[in-house]
Amino acid sequence: MIKLNDIISTGSRATREGFGQGLLELGRSNSKVVGLTADLMESLQMQHFQKEFPERFFQVGIAEANMMGIAAGLATAGKIPFTGTFANFSTGRVYDQIRQSIAYSHKNVKICASHAGLTLGEDGATHQILEDIGMMRMLPGMVVINPCDYNQTKAATLAIADYHGPVYLRFGRPAWPIFTPENQKFKIGKALHLASGKDVTIFATGHLVWTSIEAAKELAAEGISCEVINIHTIKPLDDEAILDSVSKTKAVVVAEEHQRAGGLGDAIANLLVHRLPVPMEYIGVKDSFGESGKPVELLDKYGLSKKDVLWAVKDVLERK
Amino acid sequence: MAEIAQLKELAAQVRRDIVRMVFNCQSGHPGGSLGCVEFFVALYGKIMKHKPKPFKMDGRNQDMFFLSNGHISPVWYSVLARTGYFEVKELNTFRKLNTRLQGHPATHEGLPGIRIASGSLGQGISAAIGAALAKRLDADKRWVFCLCGDGELQEGQCWEAIMFAAHHKVDNLIVTVDWNGQQIDGPNDAVISLGNLPAKWKAFGWDVLILDKGNDLEAVAAMLQRAKRRTRKGKPVVVLMKTDMGYGVDFMAGTHKWHGKAPNQEQFDSAMAQLPVTALGDY
Repeated sequence: MIKLNDIISTGSRATREGFGQGLLELGRSNSKVVGLTADLMESLQMQHFQKEFPERFFQVGIAEANMMGIAAGLATAGKIPFTGTFANFSTGRVYDQIRQSIAYSHKNVKICASHAGLTLGEDGATHQILEDIGMMRMLPGMVVINPCDYNQTKAATLAIADYHGPVYLRFGRPAWPIFTPENQKFKIGKALHLASGKDVTIFATGHLVWTSIEAAKELAAEGISCEVINIHTIKPLDDEAILDSVSKTKAVVVAEEHQRAGGLGDAIANLLVHRLPVPMEYIGVKDSFGESGKPVELLDKYGLSKKDVLWAVKDVLERK
Repeated sequence: MAEIAQLKELAAQVRRDIVRMVFNCQSGHPGGSLGCVEFFVALYGKIMKHKPKPFKMDGRNQDMFFLSNGHISPVWYSVLARTGYFEVKELNTFRKLNTRLQGHPATHEGLPGIRIASGSLGQGISAAIGAALAKRLDADKRWVFCLCGDGELQEGQCWEAIMFAAHHKVDNLIVTVDWNGQQIDGPNDAVISLGNLPAKWKAFGWDVLILDKGNDLEAVAAMLQRAKRRTRKGKPVVVLMKTDMGYGVDFMAGTHKWHGKAPNQEQFDSAMAQLPVTALGDY
């Protein structure tokens, strides 16, 4: 078990760059892997793959519905397609195509979605999707993954090629602290214990894992012991790891860059309400669209910053 | 290669199957199914190289077919069963609880012959393009076929796919449009006009073939052969196939009213009296 203070940032890179590097490595190691984009190749960092494997890369143009259908057809014929566009256009815009042609048809398509959440920043609410985890986890059989930093995103990209079935891989735009090991093994569905604690468990996913670690460090200095668990796979949820931790701490905070409705918080609440009801708080956007601004300003305004985690932990401890 | 006489008998039996299936569960889509019998019989009986058993999802070294307008599942199920994909008696389970023959085609229950779910319209051409691209990557010389409805072309995704296929020179693909001029709410021209359909496909960069006799088995088979010869020349190929919705049953023919409706007992008896009994026998 790593101690909280041993978790340090070794630099900053965008999670989408981890995806781009992972895809390039997959191109070299797995000839079945093909890439598709809907006019966002460089935003998704897919140009590395495209340059080395041009015959296995398809520019679809601004036509996401068609991209999902083509991916389903490629998968039918034995390829492992990775589609790349923004999270907004990877989910809500093409929900029906994913539902019928990919999820219901159980196609081996990897839906890779960048610029998720508020940290997209200045482009504003039209592009800041905060409902995508909810939409994707409602689909039967869909695996939903939201890694926390560059290294983990790269590892997740490699891992999903070895899993047969539809996967939604969610990552983001901004440079973000790197704190997980290089060349780590990524196990789909296996929660990662980052720090042990006894008073409260913070379950976090995506960018908010780092935020939660920083909050836990500050709380430790105040004498509050937080267990921090990185839930990179939202579906299938690691029920066992969650119940193990909560049975010890008996208080929960869930942190995610998503609407409170439908995301990781709801997934965990759904588990706990049946198995182990305890006081619980959500860190997430409260039934609101985002707006233009810098990522950190937006996280602060919409209640997704370190101080919100501190507040939520103290609140939940009072209700314990 | 089956003889035309055998194929005609198969077509006659498929028509009986369609009406019996829809009557049996009192739901389903007889109109478009009856109109596309000759297409399916020609495709599975003569045109495509395909292996029913064991069914291979990836279709490697075989021709592959994608049905975009999934509601005409009765004709597809009948032809699949009668060309060896599953037992003919299973047609009796169409649309009933626990069946593999879902109202709209699906892979979920593992029915051999189906490669992707369809029903929500507009998605099939995209999937067929994906399979065609995979064949190109694999240097697999077989073809990919797709059928879509004409009303279905009102879905924007179709035109995304049509644009893509021309740009990427997907020339191992043959799309056929069931050009019966009808959709649920009425004639295409009353709902949303498709305009000059051949000119639209041409303008999108496709090689366009027009088949006026889509319910003439020999004409359909000849046209699909011709379409195959037009492939691998840098352009995707489309066959605009004029059919009569409900063909073969007088009171169902030529109207949108039998798009998605089951006959009552009297209508069923009348239909069966019109459709000749064949040596193949009812399921």
